[in-house]
Amino acid sequence: MRLVIRNKADTVADYVATYIKARITQFAPTAERPFVIGLPTGSSPIGVYKRLVQFCASGSLSFKHVVSFNMDEYVGLPRDHPESYHSFMWNHLFKHIDILPENVNILNGNAEDLEAECDKYEAKIKSYGGIELFLGGIGPDGHIAFNEPGSSLQSRTRVKTLAYETILANARFFGGDVTKVPMLALTVGVGTVMDAREVVVIITGANKAIALAKCIEEGVNHMWTVSAIQTHSRSLVVCDDDATLELHVKTVRYFKSIEQVQDEMIGRENLGLYGQVAGQLKYSSVSSGN
Amino acid sequence: MPGEDGPVTQLYNCRILRDHALVDDYLYIQSGRIIDPAKMFWDEQRLPDARIDCKGGIVSPGFIDVQINGAYGYDFTNDTDIIEEAVHNISKGLLLQGCTAYCPTTVSSRPEVYRKVLPHLGPRAGSVESGAAVLGAHVEGPFISPQKKGAHELATLRSAANGLADLDACYGLDNLRQYAAYVTVAPEVDGMLDTIPHLIAATGVGVSSGHSNATAEVAGRAHASGATMITHLFNAMHPFHQRDPGVIGLLGSSGPRPFYGIICDGIHVHPHSVMIAYYAHPAGACLVTDAMSAQSLPDGSYKLGKMDVDVHDGRVYIRGTDTIAGAIITMAECVRNFIQFTGASKVEALENATLHPAQMLGIADRKGTLAHGADADILILDNDLHVQRVFIAGVEATEENVQFRKRL
Repeated sequence: MRLVIRNKADTVADYVATYIKARITQFAPTAERPFVIGLPTGSSPIGVYKRLVQFCASGSLSFKHVVSFNMDEYVGLPRDHPESYHSFMWNHLFKHIDILPENVNILNGNAEDLEAECDKYEAKIKSYGGIELFLGGIGPDGHIAFNEPGSSLQSRTRVKTLAYETILANARFFGGDVTKVPMLALTVGVGTVMDAREVVVIITGANKAIALAKCIEEGVNHMWTVSAIQTHSRSLVVCDDDATLELHVKTVRYFKSIEQVQDEMIGRENLGLYGQVAGQLKYSSVSSGN
Repeated sequence: MPGEDGPVTQLYNCRILRDHALVDDYLYIQSGRIIDPAKMFWDEQRLPDARIDCKGGIVSPGFIDVQINGAYGYDFTNDTDIIEEAVHNISKGLLLQGCTAYCPTTVSSRPEVYRKVLPHLGPRAGSVESGAAVLGAHVEGPFISPQKKGAHELATLRSAANGLADLDACYGLDNLRQYAAYVTVAPEVDGMLDTIPHLIAATGVGVSSGHSNATAEVAGRAHASGATMITHLFNAMHPFHQRDPGVIGLLGSSGPRPFYGIICDGIHVHPHSVMIAYYAHPAGACLVTDAMSAQSLPDGSYKLGKMDVDVHDGRVYIRGTDTIAGAIITMAECVRNFIQFTGASKVEALENATLHPAQMLGIADRKGTLAHGADADILILDNDLHVQRVFIAGVEATEENVQFRKRL
C-alpha cells in the first residue's frame, strides 16, 4: 500500500485526478479493450471529478473508451431525485464528459428483483474482465461504498440496510428529515472492490482521521472495512494533512520520506505510475525496486 | 413536428437563465423543445448529435412582447387590406430581433376593422418559416376614456351601456374568443365595470386596464372582477395622486396585484417612474415596446391607425402636436434600458421580458422559460444583453433563412 499525503483537499484532488488521467492514458483504451473504472459518490470525489471534467474540456483526456461501474445506489429513491446517485454522477461527471451512456453502469435501486440486479451487476463486471481501478472514498466509520462496520470483507454486491448513523448523517440531504432518508441501498461488496486490479482511496478532513488510522495502522478488521486494502497488492491511499491527525508521527514521516527519497534520489520523471523506478536513475548507486 | 427521436443539439459554454438565476449548465434541444438530458442519457442511452458553443454568453428564453402595433413599415390596425403580409413580415423581423412571441396590438377602430384584421391576428406557432409565434391579438380600445385616448382616434371610442352586446357589436365576441389574448378597456367607461366578468366568461380573453381615468376605487373593482393587467403603466392614465392613485395605485394593493406593461424607452416613462413601479411590484413587470410601424425604419412620416405621425430621434409624435404616439424601441433595448434605469440584475430584466409576460398569458409552462418540455425559443446574448443568436422551435433563425420585406 502507498500513502500519499498532500496539504489539503484541493491538492489531494489534483493528485488523484492527475493519477487517474495518467492511468487511463497509459492504458490506451480502445472500444475492444476499454478502461474499466469503479467510481464513488459523496463529498470526497467531487474535486477529482471537477478536474477530470477540466481535462476533458481541454482535450487532454477522453472517456470514450472508459467503462464505469458505480459503487452504490439507494433503494426506492426515484432515479431523477436530486439525491440519487444517478443524479450525483450525472451532475458532477457524466453530463460534462464524453463517456458513452451504454458504458455507464449504476445499480438500479428500483429494480423489481433487487437480488437479481446485484447478481447481474457482478456478472457484468466479470464480463469486462474485472475492474482496472476502483476509486473510493471513506466514511468516518471506515466504510467503503455502503459496506458499513461488520460487513464481510468477502462481501459481494448486495442489498444492505443502512446503519442508523449513516441515515442520520444523510438526513441533511433530505431536508433534515430522517424519515425521508432511504433505509436500504444496493452496494458493491468489499470483495468486489478488492477484486479490482488497483484500489485508490481518497481520505480528506479531520473527521476521517480516526478511520484512516484504524484502516492503515491497525489490523485488517471488518469493523473498519477499508482496512481490507492492507491485503491488496496494488493500493493507494491519498489523504490530506487533516486526515493524518490520528496517525503516528512515525507513520506520517515514513510515507512522506518515501516520496521525498523518490523525488530527491530517483527524480519524479523517472518514477513509474506505481512508484516503481521506470527510467534512468539520478544516482546509479541507488538500487531499483519498491 | 418531427418525432421524439429527432436530432439532439447541446448548447454549451453558457450561463442559462433557470429558476431565477444564471447557472453554468448545458441546454438540450430536440424536436423543437427543451429536453431533460438526464432522461436522454439514462433511458435512450444517447449523446447529443450536435453542439453549439455559446462562447460564454447568456442563454435566455426568447423575448415576449405583449404590446406591439407594428414595425418595419407595417401596422396591424391600418393595413387591413394587406394584413396577412403585415403579420408575415413583422413576425419575421421581430424574430431576428430576439422577440420570439408577441401579441399583435390594434388601436381603437371601427367595427369593420376588427372583423377584417382579428382573424389574422390569432395564435399561430413560431418557426423560421413563419417568424415569431403569435400569441393572439392585444385589442386596445375602443372602450377607453376620451380624456386618456392618447394617440387613439376620438371618433372611434365607444361605451358599453348595453353590456356584452356592445362589445359583440364592436369586435364580434367570436373574434375575441378565437383570436384575442387581451383587451384593453377603461373600467370607468359606461357599463364596462359590470361587463368585465361577462366578457371573461364569454370569451376567455384577458382584460387589461388602460387609457383610463379610473379612480383607485373603480380600478380596484375592475381588477376584483377579473382584470389582470395594466396597459403601458403611467401612460394614458389618471396620474398618481396620494389620495387617489388611480389605476397606478393597483401596484400598492394588498390583494392580488396585476401584471403591468411598461415602456422602457426613456421617453414614455421617466426612469425614476420605472424604478418606483418595479420596486413596488417586481413580479408584475412586463417590458413592452408599444412599437409602431416605424420601428426599425429611418426617421420620417408614418401612420398609426389613421393618424399621421412624425418620427425623429427615437420619438414619435402625432403630426403638429406634442402627443407621443407609440415607440420605436426593440425588446432587447427595453431590457438594457431597464437595467440602466433600475440597477436591477440581468436575471430580473430578462424575466420581465420573458417569464412575466408568459405568466400573464398563462403559458409559462412552454414559453418564457427554459424548463424541460418548454418550446425551444431561445436567445444567446452577450454579457451586455445584445442578442447574438436566435432559435425558434429549436431552429436557428438567421438573416439567410428568415427573409422578409420592410415597407418604406
